[in-house]
Amino acid sequence: MARVVVDVMLKPEILDPQGQAVANALPRLGVTDVSSVRIGRRIEIEFDGEPDLDRAREIADKLLANPVIEDYTIRVESAAEVA
Amino acid sequence: MRIGVVTFPGSLDDGDAARAARIAGAEAVRLWHGDPDLHGVDAVVLPGGFSYGDYLRCGAIARFAPVMESIIDAARGGLPVLGICNGFQVLCEAHLLPGALTRNQHLHFRNRDQWLKVEATNTAWTNGFTPGQEILIPVKNGEGCFVADPATLDKLEAEGRVIARYVRGNPNGSQRDIAGITNEAGNVVGIMPHPEHAVEALTGPSLDGLGFFTSVLRALAGAAAGGQLAGGQQ
Repeated sequence: MARVVVDVMLKPEILDPQGQAVANALPRLGVTDVSSVRIGRRIEIEFDGEPDLDRAREIADKLLANPVIEDYTIRVESAAEVA
Repeated sequence: MRIGVVTFPGSLDDGDAARAARIAGAEAVRLWHGDPDLHGVDAVVLPGGFSYGDYLRCGAIARFAPVMESIIDAARGGLPVLGICNGFQVLCEAHLLPGALTRNQHLHFRNRDQWLKVEATNTAWTNGFTPGQEILIPVKNGEGCFVADPATLDKLEAEGRVIARYVRGNPNGSQRDIAGITNEAGNVVGIMPHPEHAVEALTGPSLDGLGFFTSVLRALAGAAAGGQLAGGQQ
């Protein structure tokens, strides 16, 4: 299977209130050694044929990430990972 | 004058926006997200709601609707466009306005009547106000926190492109209390609170919202008389 994985994260300087809410909940689980939690989004794209990183990058630039507030990383998932 | 109001799947305030346009004295023309034809309208309102379910990011998918391709072209050519709430998010995603709207800092949905201070009044949608005027219109959003990098914020301030700021309490954590901004030409305006919900005494906290709709009619009348659009260059 030809799968490209795009991980989208808020830029470091953008406040992540969801991550903060999760971080603030951790002490209730007894976890007290976590200094920061940030939440992003993982997107899996499956192509009909070979994974096309350039096409995936174009999709990410245009739609999947908003460059004003988000960064993304992109990679082809290995067969071992897919399995 | 004909004001178009777009309906996306998930729009909520298109009916109220059309009604506000009519109360202001315009003919309201309903535009459909899948139809690129703007039907000869003189101005466009992108209403509030949850277009395409707000999936991915608010406004991110609506920006690629067939009607938006036409609106983006027309806006670059000077067509007055007002984005309210979700419409503001769509305008940012379409890069017609800078910055982005993110999750409210406190994570709560905020629905209340909100005081704003109007600043820039040289736009197509705010020329009927006076600078510094305080107005009361409803705010209702979950992702209304305006963010941009410091250089963009400084540029917006230096160029007088903040059209309104929250006063007496910032409902969502927006940077520099920004509630609405305009593009360089003054024809495209985005605002998070809802002027279309404050156009008559029975249903709104004030009539202050009507000023946005009467402003664009005045701008269009001025343009038709041969003058420059009131929202033109300073």
